[in-house]
Amino acid sequence: MATQHDSPTQIHVVQLYPRDMNIYGDFGNALSVQRQLEWQGYEPVMHTYDPGDTFPKTVDIIVGGGGQDSGQGIVQDDLLGIAPRLHDLADAGVPMLMICGLYQMFGKFFRTIDGTTITGIGVLDVETIGKPERLIGNIVTHSDEFGDIIGYENHSGQTFLGTDAVPLGTVMQGEGNNTTDTTEGARSRNVIGSYLHGSLLPKNPALTTFLINAALHNRGLDPVGAGALSAAGQAAAAFARNAREVAKKRPR
Amino acid sequence: MRGGSGSALPGLLVEKIDPHFMRRTLDQLPFGVVVISGTNGKTTTTKMVVELLEGQGLTVFTNKTGSNFTRGVASALLGEVSLTGKTTADIAILELDEAHAVHFVRAVAPKYSLLLNVMRDQLDRFGEIDTTANLLREIAIHTTDAVVLNREDPRVFRLRDSLTSQRPVFFGLDESLLSLFPNDDSLRGSAPQPPVEGGTAAAGDAPATALARPEADVTLLSIDGDSAVFEFDGKRVGTSLQLEGVYNIYNAAAALALTRTILGDKAQRDQLITSLAKVAPAFGRGEKLSVNGQPLELVLVKNPSGFRLGLHSFSPEGYATMIAINDNYADGRDMSWLWDVEFDSLRPAGVATVTGIRAYDMALRLQYDEVAVGSVVPDLSEALAEFIAKAPNQPKRIFCTYTAMLALRRELGKITTVEAID
Repeated sequence: MATQHDSPTQIHVVQLYPRDMNIYGDFGNALSVQRQLEWQGYEPVMHTYDPGDTFPKTVDIIVGGGGQDSGQGIVQDDLLGIAPRLHDLADAGVPMLMICGLYQMFGKFFRTIDGTTITGIGVLDVETIGKPERLIGNIVTHSDEFGDIIGYENHSGQTFLGTDAVPLGTVMQGEGNNTTDTTEGARSRNVIGSYLHGSLLPKNPALTTFLINAALHNRGLDPVGAGALSAAGQAAAAFARNAREVAKKRPR
Repeated sequence: MRGGSGSALPGLLVEKIDPHFMRRTLDQLPFGVVVISGTNGKTTTTKMVVELLEGQGLTVFTNKTGSNFTRGVASALLGEVSLTGKTTADIAILELDEAHAVHFVRAVAPKYSLLLNVMRDQLDRFGEIDTTANLLREIAIHTTDAVVLNREDPRVFRLRDSLTSQRPVFFGLDESLLSLFPNDDSLRGSAPQPPVEGGTAAAGDAPATALARPEADVTLLSIDGDSAVFEFDGKRVGTSLQLEGVYNIYNAAAALALTRTILGDKAQRDQLITSLAKVAPAFGRGEKLSVNGQPLELVLVKNPSGFRLGLHSFSPEGYATMIAINDNYADGRDMSWLWDVEFDSLRPAGVATVTGIRAYDMALRLQYDEVAVGSVVPDLSEALAEFIAKAPNQPKRIFCTYTAMLALRRELGKITTVEAID
């Protein structure tokens, strides 16, 4: 593959808890980052971090997914253990994408329907309350920065944003964070939380670009223009455009 | 209510007119009622059990119309009974969808049940895997006699702990085959966990005091193409099968275990194997049609594990492949599941045509696994015509979701003989 570098720059991507928190195609987000880096001429180095593992030393991007309540219980203690590290990385501007279950746990707490409180790590200023109904279905939100964000939500926890978090998008179709306001997801520094599966990144490459460019910026590198994408990357972009148009028109 | 065959309407009428009709009719059966449930393989397994029992001389009532919910069972029964409400059947073998099975077993307690597996299947319908496991638990605890369980599925195996008076019976795999059957918890790279005592609902952190696996009534020892070796009663028996795919063959072990449980000492061993060898795949479960002198196979894919096993079961070598993905209600609206399947095995041959409502989602998925896509044609009939024309001299295989399969079968019916579905 042609690259603009003599030897490709290595970018380290960490998947957080893929064993217990990877239920709705969340692996697709890790794969998206990996392939987009390759298609732009970088060398992705993929790491997985499960409870009890040694946290990777070099971290450029972190992605994490959703799980069942049982999965959340399993990772909770470990997550609290690595919280200081994650706070330092977030403060240093490391880009992170947390979907569904880990989005909730990156918040301050998740109070389940039976009254149990799962303490979160507070990287995002959000709180989640378990509710009886599940919010399920296709969803379209809009963000001034990323355009339309398209995916699928499936959650019974309802999340409410505090003053230090801004929503990732405004709901156009679907429910989003909760049934009372029009927000979906949350952002703080370069950390993004969202309920959208789909997987999220393949159909929303603008978000993938955001994560990669933030990682490059942290390393003092200029982002690659879209023109530098390999043919495979351009084919993926074309499929994504069509897939987005179809998804927008599908019933909830 | 799920759409499809529309075969539930008579049952609805019966429910309104005579709410006890179903229970009263099923109570007459000398061998009682048997429920088969789980996320994958219900239809093929039910077909096997029916044919195994018929081979032993029983008259079997089953819900063939694909209405695998209570009202559909009532409808199917209506076609079966005389005006006075009598049936000549010895036994009812009912395939029930997990969610509907719960309502059914509360109305009619099955004598036996067979619980195949719990895998991610249309999570948008049922919520979570653990919820599905709880639905199967309901079936188990409402069963009166014996519950046949998959020893190798951690969530199904754990249902043993919920049994009180019911007898657990296991079907299982030889250790050497475990790696062929990844469960959802061991999706990404880790080896499947043998079931352990008191484990949590997630695989992985096996407690140190892992209990030895209990003895299985029927064990699948080995698979070689379309033949398999099973072990039961301490004897090994090999047979060729018309069913293809590791996954259908493992379900044959489930069908054998259930049939042996029902018949006890009366089961004629040799006849069981003779019947098993004759079972042809159920519609859309690897059934073979013929188009222009070339075989065309339809493989139904409903969830990540089924798709993985389908890819694993059928070698793409020499075949032209088409994938048809719809997202109608019966297929599941959520496309996330495509990202839990690895498509690397299709890389050498590529995929000739991608079709269905969500064709572009599928094409995108293949692009990320670096699998070449010949063309993307969302319209199913157009895509089918192109696919057939593009590879006139090659055998063909179509992986398709449920409603895509029904539509493709209708199209194929115009050009070849397709077994009708009621």
